[in-house]
Amino acid sequence: MKTRVLIFSGYGLNCEEETAYGFTLAGASTDIVHINDVIDGRVKLKDYQILAFPGGFSYGDDTGSGKAYANRVRNHLGKELKDFLKRDTPRQSRGKLIIGICNGFQILTQLGLLPGALTFNDSNRYIDRWVDLKPEGDSPWLRGIEKLSVPIAHGEGKFIADKKTLAELKKKKQVAFRYVKGETSTYQDLPANPNGAMENIAGVLSHKGRVLGMMPHPDRHLFSIQRPDWPLLKEQAKRAGTLLPEHGQGLQIFKNGVEYFR
Amino acid sequence: MAVRLDVVTTIEDARAGLRLKAFRESAGSTVTAVHVADSYLLDAALSHAGLSRARHALINPLMEAAHMTGAWVPKRFAYAIEVGFLPGVTDNVGATAQETIEDATGYAFKAGEKVYSSQVFVIEGALTEHDVHTIAASLYNPLIHSATIYDRASWKKRDRTFTVPRVSLSGSSEVAEVNLELADTELAELGKLGIADVDGTRRGPLALSLEYLKTIRNHYRALGRKPTDIELEALAQTWSEHCKHTIFASPLDSIEKGIYKTYIKGATEKIRAKKGKNDFCVSVFKDNSGGIVFDDEYVITHKAETHNSPSALDPFGGAVTGIVGVNRDAMGFGLGAKPVANTYGFCFASPEETRPLFRDSERTQEMLLPKRIMEGVIKGVNVGGNQSGIPTPNGFMIFDESYRGKPLVFVGTIGLIPKKRGKRVLYKKEAKPGDYIVMVGGRVGLDGVHGATFSSESINAGSPVTSVQIGDPITQKKFSDVIIKEARDQELYTSITDNGAGGLSSSVGEMAEQSGGCHVRLEKVPLKYPGLAPWQIWISESQERMTLAVPKKKWKAFHALMQRRGVEATVIGEFTESGKCIVTYGSKTIMDLSLEFLHDGLPVTPLKTTKPNFVFEEPDVRVPKDFSGTFAAMLARENIASNAFISRQYDHEVQSGSVLKPLQGKGQVNADAAVFRPRLESERGVVLSSGITPYYANIDPYGAAAASIDTAVRSAVAAGAPLDHLAILDNFCWCSSDEPERLWQLKEAAKACYDVAVAYGTPYISGKDSMFNDFKGYDEKGNPLKISVLPTLLISTIAVIKDAQKAVSLDAKMPGDLVYLLGETHEELGGSEYFRMISEHNQEGKIGMSAPQVDAKKNLRLYKALAKAIEQELVASSVSVTRGGVAVALARMGMAGMLGIDANLEKIPGSTKKSYALLFSESQGRIIVSIAPENATKFEKLFSGLPFKKIGTVTKGKSISIAVGKKNFANLPLGKALEAYRSTFKNY
Repeated sequence: MKTRVLIFSGYGLNCEEETAYGFTLAGASTDIVHINDVIDGRVKLKDYQILAFPGGFSYGDDTGSGKAYANRVRNHLGKELKDFLKRDTPRQSRGKLIIGICNGFQILTQLGLLPGALTFNDSNRYIDRWVDLKPEGDSPWLRGIEKLSVPIAHGEGKFIADKKTLAELKKKKQVAFRYVKGETSTYQDLPANPNGAMENIAGVLSHKGRVLGMMPHPDRHLFSIQRPDWPLLKEQAKRAGTLLPEHGQGLQIFKNGVEYFR
Repeated sequence: MAVRLDVVTTIEDARAGLRLKAFRESAGSTVTAVHVADSYLLDAALSHAGLSRARHALINPLMEAAHMTGAWVPKRFAYAIEVGFLPGVTDNVGATAQETIEDATGYAFKAGEKVYSSQVFVIEGALTEHDVHTIAASLYNPLIHSATIYDRASWKKRDRTFTVPRVSLSGSSEVAEVNLELADTELAELGKLGIADVDGTRRGPLALSLEYLKTIRNHYRALGRKPTDIELEALAQTWSEHCKHTIFASPLDSIEKGIYKTYIKGATEKIRAKKGKNDFCVSVFKDNSGGIVFDDEYVITHKAETHNSPSALDPFGGAVTGIVGVNRDAMGFGLGAKPVANTYGFCFASPEETRPLFRDSERTQEMLLPKRIMEGVIKGVNVGGNQSGIPTPNGFMIFDESYRGKPLVFVGTIGLIPKKRGKRVLYKKEAKPGDYIVMVGGRVGLDGVHGATFSSESINAGSPVTSVQIGDPITQKKFSDVIIKEARDQELYTSITDNGAGGLSSSVGEMAEQSGGCHVRLEKVPLKYPGLAPWQIWISESQERMTLAVPKKKWKAFHALMQRRGVEATVIGEFTESGKCIVTYGSKTIMDLSLEFLHDGLPVTPLKTTKPNFVFEEPDVRVPKDFSGTFAAMLARENIASNAFISRQYDHEVQSGSVLKPLQGKGQVNADAAVFRPRLESERGVVLSSGITPYYANIDPYGAAAASIDTAVRSAVAAGAPLDHLAILDNFCWCSSDEPERLWQLKEAAKACYDVAVAYGTPYISGKDSMFNDFKGYDEKGNPLKISVLPTLLISTIAVIKDAQKAVSLDAKMPGDLVYLLGETHEELGGSEYFRMISEHNQEGKIGMSAPQVDAKKNLRLYKALAKAIEQELVASSVSVTRGGVAVALARMGMAGMLGIDANLEKIPGSTKKSYALLFSESQGRIIVSIAPENATKFEKLFSGLPFKKIGTVTKGKSISIAVGKKNFANLPLGKALEAYRSTFKNY
């Protein structure tokens, strides 16, 4: 049976289609579900193995990014979400997975499902650019990933936490990714850290790595020709008699999620 | 009793840091610190427990704290400035806060209860009262905001004297009859100033000419009654230049059918007929957007709009509503296309310009400065596009002092729609008699009353401030999702259109033509606040609304679906086949107009043109020995320099289809064209580019228009677009179109539109015009002045490339690659950036007369050869030669690849030998490419018989060097080139 993934939509989330596409490429069965259909009980979270909170601009970031959507989840789906993360049934003894990307990450921190918080970029401006990530923590989402180049696109992506939380994150291997100088930031001659995030943290984990939140978008590097440097890479490949790979580095995240249940 | 909630940050706040910098710029270094707080005024009967829940819902305790009424007293401050919205202005943050509170408390706000948001800036330092007023002026726009300044003493009283910005309107629902039996002067005044209310105040421009009003008078004489105010307002909307495009439709000199039918539509018809089976047009001119074939299953649409007048008064709001409005043109194509990309184009006066301008002779109504307009517009498109989840991969920004009065703000949206769902064709629509008229989305308020008539005139002291609006992208996103992704495919409606200019009067009026009539019950229209007069409800342009035709038996399902998605949908009447547009309010009929008169009753006014006599002297050119300094100065020109700061703040990768990005190569150089894939499962890509060359327009309007088309097509072809699947859009932004000289320029431009498009076989699929981009006001001394934009034609292209991976970027790829110049270089520097630059040094206005000419037939052969070379993957990089000529194009290629280029321009094709012309002439039809040496033979063979020359090589060396024969003209190190290129907008 295919791994079932529910991707939330509604109220200004907007990356649900490409997130679903990533999971579909990875072999999952995906449903994009408006949050109100879950609240109404038309769709049950327990029927899924993975929940995805995709990127977007829920409620226009008004009152603080992710806050209003998180309130809606908390007010109506608090218990269901808690149950979803419990490891009660024997079949699900490994526990289920949640991913929050960009606005989804902001929602998960506002919900308190992930530690820390996300605030305005140091530039106080929305930024769309590519970044390079180094995985660090312990999580099924990160398996086999040594490096990851994907874009960010956000205005409130600076990760912050108090000293105690930061120390704990390190100790418990809850830092998912850090921004590092890598392929794309070197190519474009941009600083590694795009937003002033504390300790270069780009994503964090909780629930023994089953819940992942990250500001960068793996859903935007599903194909090689999404890279900013692909025209050069293609020209190099052509002259070396090879081809650009079809798929991009971001796909591995979705594959990891899906294969966890195989 | 309203309750205040001040939310303050408890961590370091980036917003405050940036404000500190900005405040120091405007008020000096006496400012030592700034704190920003978000304030909410809860004007609702919440219980104590409810308030507590509201407070928790509005903060993240890790970084924020909330203070209730009066509790917040900043420790140190000199002044605080609170900026809120004026009554009735869209307050998105307030609305979200209200929704959050309702959801958290279970308390449903009653009619009139609301949450109002504001921002408080607490300022520390030894600043004077004058300083704080300067700062406040930079923070708010008096047309939409209120600003209150507090010092320590008055802050203590802040919460004792609430002013809740409730709307209180005393408007009555009475409908007045309007007397048209007036003398000509009075009738003309009625057209210009609008209907007079009982107290004598005018309601705002009808923009109806005397002739139009006489036609209307005759119509009502025949009916034996007077028109009602709502009828007259509706006619004014429908007959406005903005909606009917009367200048393009009217006979012009000997062109009886008018320039639109003859030259624009005429070109498309001719091209389609010639293409026969290869015609890729699906739906052109008749719908909200134009649509062409994408692949066997899908249609791709494009529409470009302008939002100039609103952006002049409120740049941010004007731009947001512009971009979000044109999104609805995609959603309003057929039964609803999904917006898949946005484009933008800005024409501003230089941000360095600081001389004030006023709308009135008393100099109380100051126009915003160019820098403020520029920043507001850029931010508006940022918010509108980013929040809607639509990528913005392509755009431009150019400068000229003629855009000081009215900026031009172009916005475009590309849409994707399946041709069919089952047996149902989705790119067509038809409202049926008996279908409900359904309004979806936002509610109706006073915002945007008289927008359409206002934008059909120049800006002056009487320009209505109610035409200013703020967008609400999320309300629109909510109904966009449910309509395009759910209701459309469940077949819940038969027709849909945008509520744009003219509001309901236009959208319902247009759809009524499909069924043959309508009956609107105006009292059913949901309002933002009570007190609107019926005519206001009918023509208000309140944003984020669409009108649909819903069959009665589908209404229940449609309504239920909308409710589940948190979208308001209301039946406001019925489509009929009565041949009439009937509007009732309660039991009274307040409008009863035949559709025929409404749509086709306007009289035809033949127009005459006169050839103007523009003469621009040739500048004295002092030819330097070494052009390197000039070369660097050219790269720093506002019209050439990098505006990467815009591309980076516009999300161009959402929807995951990005292929060629707005910034390319290691050097991140602004590209002319973008490529993206709207369907992730398909290899096909969409190529977007644009051409805008107003600098040549007063010299030669025909040549200028031809150059716009050629530039747009050339830039698309350079990126890999095939000529046989490329369509174009025209956006005319003219000035003073009541002057015969401007109409002559228009006629010439339209002729060029026909000639060049037919030669290239690139059909127009959609277009728009804005004919009065003039400002009539006063300078700093109170002297009257008029500023008219350069006659500006924007051409946008949309093309489909079969394999997106064959698209070519502009960055040089490998040292050793050969560099070719395709096309001919002539001495065509009239209006060029080079001549403009030297004219600024004591040679004012001397921009010359030798503007570029386009030889479309020659160019076509060249472009076809290049398309073949790209298809065969022979081209490593390619750049269209545009503003600044060959020198700038070479620099862009080199800077983007962070590689040097050694070029020699000796004996390049063309007629010029002058050094500065070789470098900076803006001859059209030229492209520079780099190719791997092993492809040289194949490549050159494709171009045999065509004008081209190998001009150099890509080098490892880090400089752009240009020689002619043995003479070295310029040698510009890459570092210097990039420094110049990036310097101009470094601080933005």
